Amino acid sequence: MNLLAENLISPVVLCFLLGIIARWIKSDLSVPEQVYQGLSIYLLLAIGLKGGASLASTPAAEMLVPGLLTLALGVITPISAYFLMRKFGKLGIEDSAAVAAHYGSVSVVTFLAAGEAVNRAGNPGEGYLPALVAVLEVPGIIIALLFASGAGNSNSSGGWKKALHEVVTGKSIVLLGGGLVIGALCGPAKLADVQPFFATAFKGALCIFMIELGLSAGKRLRDAGRAGARLLVLGCVIPVIHGALGVFGATLAGMSPGGAAVLGAMAGSASYIAAPAAVRVALPRANPAYYLTLALGITFPFNLAFGIPLFQKLSFLFQSWL
Amino acid sequence: MAVKIHLRKVTIIAERVLRDDLLKLLKRHGASGWTLHTVEGEGSRGIRASEWEGHNVQIDTLVSIDTADSIMTEISNLYFADWSIIIYSVDVEVLRGEKYQG
Repeated sequence: MNLLAENLISPVVLCFLLGIIARWIKSDLSVPEQVYQGLSIYLLLAIGLKGGASLASTPAAEMLVPGLLTLALGVITPISAYFLMRKFGKLGIEDSAAVAAHYGSVSVVTFLAAGEAVNRAGNPGEGYLPALVAVLEVPGIIIALLFASGAGNSNSSGGWKKALHEVVTGKSIVLLGGGLVIGALCGPAKLADVQPFFATAFKGALCIFMIELGLSAGKRLRDAGRAGARLLVLGCVIPVIHGALGVFGATLAGMSPGGAAVLGAMAGSASYIAAPAAVRVALPRANPAYYLTLALGITFPFNLAFGIPLFQKLSFLFQSWL
Repeated sequence: MAVKIHLRKVTIIAERVLRDDLLKLLKRHGASGWTLHTVEGEGSRGIRASEWEGHNVQIDTLVSIDTADSIMTEISNLYFADWSIIIYSVDVEVLRGEKYQG
């Protein structure tokens, strides 16, 4: 219970809440698109650089197993999400595949919030975790699109190349991957020059980004009610299943308790930056109301409030068993 | 004053992700240029992905009547079923009209 309160009362989570409330009371608050786009560039590059700097000092062997595990999670989570959506969500093939793409991919902000939470709890995760975010971003979307095309969806064949292009060349992969490479090439010493800009303001920038996410999620919350009980339940159950799997695997792979909790949060999260654009292109017939509402309106707030503390708890449980 | 020529201004309002495809389509039909704005609005489709990933785009192009018809026919065949898209044309008087008749 303490862990739950500790997680909720943090600037990042409360700023998200502020955004939701602002939407709810119909405030005229809005984050200008240029500001939000600029912040997302800043945040993604900062994460990449930080991860890259620690890659420079991490032996490749240490990362191999967690990297393969992340790849495996990127393949398993869209499959389970697809079947859960078909069986219990009663969605059609295209809608299920679209939702699966989102759950297979990763939410960078959930990753950041989880990182903050484990830092506050005094169990920081491994420095190479940002590299795993980049690994987890792509396969989920590909697997999910396979479901749609496997079902004889002629329309998706043309969109395939475009969707892949959207994901791989999208700003999140370019900035995250680019930052990782730059950080790894330069190493911590050379990055010290840019560190004042990228490290000092990072959490403050994240707070403003969270207000924007809160505003967008607030819009989705109204749709969440209309989405029906089944989807509401799935939006909370899927992150728990995927997250627990992620924490379990990470613990087996020998990651630290903090790192395992963060990887769990990554596996349990649903993307809402890379995936929606790619899915819109590849599966135009899938209804965006389903995947956006699930990813942003249900699963993201759920993870922020309950998922992250739960994965921390699980991480310690697994650690003591194994 | 230069001679005025009657042309058609075709306006397309669509989701951000269609931007490049639409511009390619215009070029393919022989449009010699285009003007693009980012816009926002609301329509019968309600929620859509572009709401999150950037605004909608509005593309204007000046073309001959035949080209306008072929553009509108192809867009309606390709995109009307699954996408949020609006397309209309108006008659316009254009100066230096020879620039637009490729």
